[in-house]
Amino acid sequence: MKDMHAITLGVNGRYHDLVVEARRTLADMLRHDLGYTGTHLGCEHGICGACTVILNDVPVRACLVFGVQADGAEVRTVEGLAHGEQLSDLQQSFSDHHALQCGFCTPGFLMLIEAYFAESQPTALTEEKARELVAANLCRCTGYQGIVEAVLATARARQDAKDNRS
Amino acid sequence: MSVIGARLPRKEDPRLLRGRGRFGDDISAPGQLWARIVRSPSAHGQVRGLDVTEAAKAPGITNVITAKDLPPGLVIPVRLAVGSADLSPYLQPVLAADTVRYVGEPLAVVLGDDPYRCEDAAELVDIDIADLPPVIDAVSARDNENTAAELTLGYGDTGAAFASARHVVSIELAIGRHTGVPLEPRCLLAVPGPGNTDRGELDIFGMTKVPVFNRDLLAGMLGLDETLIHVHAIDAGGGFGIRGEFYPEDFLIPWLALRLGRPVKWAEDRAEHLMAANHSRQQHHRIAAAFDDDGRITGLRDDIVHDNGAYCRTHGVAVPELTVAMLPGPYRIPAYRGRVRVVLTNKTPCGTYRAPGRFEGTSAREHLLDVAATQLGIDPIQLRERNLLTKDDMPHHRHITTLGTDLVLDTGDYPALLAAAVKEAKRLGYRDLAPDRPRPQPRGFGLAMFVEKSGLGPQETADVTVSKSGTVHVFSGGTSVGQGIETVLTQIAADALGVDPHVVRVVAGDTAAQPFGAGSWASRSTVVGGTAVHQAATAVRERAVQLAARMLETAEADLEVRDGSIGVRGDPNARVTLAAVARAAEPAGGYLAAGEPAGLSARRRFEVARMTYPYGVHAAVVEVDAGTGRVRVLRYLVAYEVGRAINPMLVEGQLIGGVAQGIGGALFEEFSYDDAGQPQAITFIEYRMPTAAEIPPVDVLLAQDAPSPGNPLGVMGAGEGGVNAVGAAVANAVRDALGLAGGIGQLPLTPARVRTLAGAAEGAA
Repeated sequence: MKDMHAITLGVNGRYHDLVVEARRTLADMLRHDLGYTGTHLGCEHGICGACTVILNDVPVRACLVFGVQADGAEVRTVEGLAHGEQLSDLQQSFSDHHALQCGFCTPGFLMLIEAYFAESQPTALTEEKARELVAANLCRCTGYQGIVEAVLATARARQDAKDNRS
Repeated sequence: MSVIGARLPRKEDPRLLRGRGRFGDDISAPGQLWARIVRSPSAHGQVRGLDVTEAAKAPGITNVITAKDLPPGLVIPVRLAVGSADLSPYLQPVLAADTVRYVGEPLAVVLGDDPYRCEDAAELVDIDIADLPPVIDAVSARDNENTAAELTLGYGDTGAAFASARHVVSIELAIGRHTGVPLEPRCLLAVPGPGNTDRGELDIFGMTKVPVFNRDLLAGMLGLDETLIHVHAIDAGGGFGIRGEFYPEDFLIPWLALRLGRPVKWAEDRAEHLMAANHSRQQHHRIAAAFDDDGRITGLRDDIVHDNGAYCRTHGVAVPELTVAMLPGPYRIPAYRGRVRVVLTNKTPCGTYRAPGRFEGTSAREHLLDVAATQLGIDPIQLRERNLLTKDDMPHHRHITTLGTDLVLDTGDYPALLAAAVKEAKRLGYRDLAPDRPRPQPRGFGLAMFVEKSGLGPQETADVTVSKSGTVHVFSGGTSVGQGIETVLTQIAADALGVDPHVVRVVAGDTAAQPFGAGSWASRSTVVGGTAVHQAATAVRERAVQLAARMLETAEADLEVRDGSIGVRGDPNARVTLAAVARAAEPAGGYLAAGEPAGLSARRRFEVARMTYPYGVHAAVVEVDAGTGRVRVLRYLVAYEVGRAINPMLVEGQLIGGVAQGIGGALFEEFSYDDAGQPQAITFIEYRMPTAAEIPPVDVLLAQDAPSPGNPLGVMGAGEGGVNAVGAAVANAVRDALGLAGGIGQLPLTPARVRTLAGAAEGAA
């Protein structure tokens, strides 16, 4: 007998009721039960970060969280970043700076960086800090240069927008 | 301005950025079973028993199969046969029956409706293996039974060259076992057709590299007509040589789907990937060069032991062959002999990893040159300048064949690129970062030069079709592994057809859409695949002009093609769009002559007899902590001649990404084994791929001064020039930092090894 649990969670503002096995990871639940296949699994042991999603405002490795732990939570995945057909500024910056090649690690980086921006002042982002942030996840294609540039450019643009508003 | 050469944003980006890419495990089929492979826990042994009773009874399990259930005698054949060696005794069975030869070798497959339960049940398979002594170290394995092949390439009289040499310099260098490790693990989904399973229709998702080859091979093994198998084009999370070769799973999953009449899916986990997918690189070089009084090379020889792991897989002995074939690099070498012994060990079998044979050979040759420069009292850059082939030497016949082609260096100005790289490194202040004066954490500068190869034939086929909406469809035989093939082929097609890149749509690697594709590997897609697209698009353009002349009732010579339409020169009102021409080419379009086939499309095949040879220079500045043994790469420069860049942004991306992988192989990544043959790196904790913290800013000097004479676009490949010389440049920089008299001996330069080297240097001082 599988140890099943009924849970409710929000993903990118949409609510889902489902029954999951206790040991099922949040990543598998998002991907295979709910169809959010943009969250990718690269190692399933918490190192590569391709499965990074934002769980109640905190970036987590969805391979290290059980689905049942997300009961009642709000999850943001890569599918929730764009505004309709319009890429977010960070997504656009990734394309502009050639910050992705195969694109497999990209959703994890995007969610990691969005979570950082949500809690930090973009002015505080030096290149060194950007590298430290990005070093949380693995990319095998780009050598990270484009990713670091995309993060810095987005931080600058967001700071400029904020300065113009105030 | 032509769209060729533009930094066009990638066509692939929007879907990948939105999480709408379609990778292997993103695709499922109704009613699918999941497969879990049961693998050998032993490096070498006799299989005494394999009891699947308990596993088969486990909840949710539908089937467990072992070698006994398979058609007899199935092995994975060699795709890339070179030389005359008979490798048939060394091929890998699909499932091991009597003997296991490495940890991770497939023994059984468990199938069920839930991957978690399959994994549980796989643990219940009772494996009884009588261990045999494993062979772990290829160099000390003197036993001829372990030698699968021996190859020697060369020319000239090396014996005489070394006998009469003024100086002979030699080093030993071991290259560590590492591999591509794409971030997406392998995945396969096989879906049988709706008819009777004996009709054999199969849809397959996840064979991304050489889909037509794999389709044909699979059809042969299954006894099916190859056109009944449809390999679909999907995204792949990185290629790097390892992905898409025909592995045991590539037979098992489709075979099970047909046999059971249900879709079967297999998604490997990371531990499986690290012990079951191809390893690469592990070689031991004993390399020596003979010099005359002026520091000119008179002879070069290298004796190599190539550790191929437990079997010869799809690459056969192509990697060792490439190693010795490409070893002379960009230099004038009157006499050369490269000998390589291919040794089988009880470790994961090997295949290619980006710049196969060249990362290894360049490391050995370029490190030897730096040691020689010290011993001869010549500056390392001057020593290279003195020995480089020059523009006047081109074309230079090496009198070596590799991968069945003559090695002819047909274009380039090596000294000019070296001078440009040295100047650029100086301009960027590399020398100031690594001053001569001693520091507590010494810094060093290292440089290495190399010749790459790209554009391997023999052919690629492309179809270009204009549909009634005016969309230009490109059906290429290449596959999308992250390199940006859709963007590059779009640019080539848009340029040839005079259309906006937005109207071009590329399908890469679908066997139904392009049944004659040769795949994406060996840095061939832009060179061979791109040229095929160029030719097909050019043919479509000519056909469109022919039809437009009929529509506009004018002569073809009076027409011009511009911005997606064809018009009479000087008459802005007399124009037809490409979409209108496509409609005119419909069966009832009204403009087809009797007997002409309908449609605005063309298929072209580009054949090449020889490869193209791009080349480059790498330079590194490193800082060594002699206390901890940590090496930090502070700056890295790649100067690379690509002939012509279709999209410079993508070329730079290839080079920078390659550098990061090279730094991994030079400093961090290594598949080590214990004495019992147990792999010591089966997670990302032990297999240490570099993060952003270990990769420095990379400077790129992209040269387009030597267009390839071998194709109409003048292009050469860019996939492997970033990784080729990193081992060499980093080794040279660390040697410089530590002030070593000899070589560094071994890559990767792990902290323990660097501490040993630093201690030895200290002792000698």
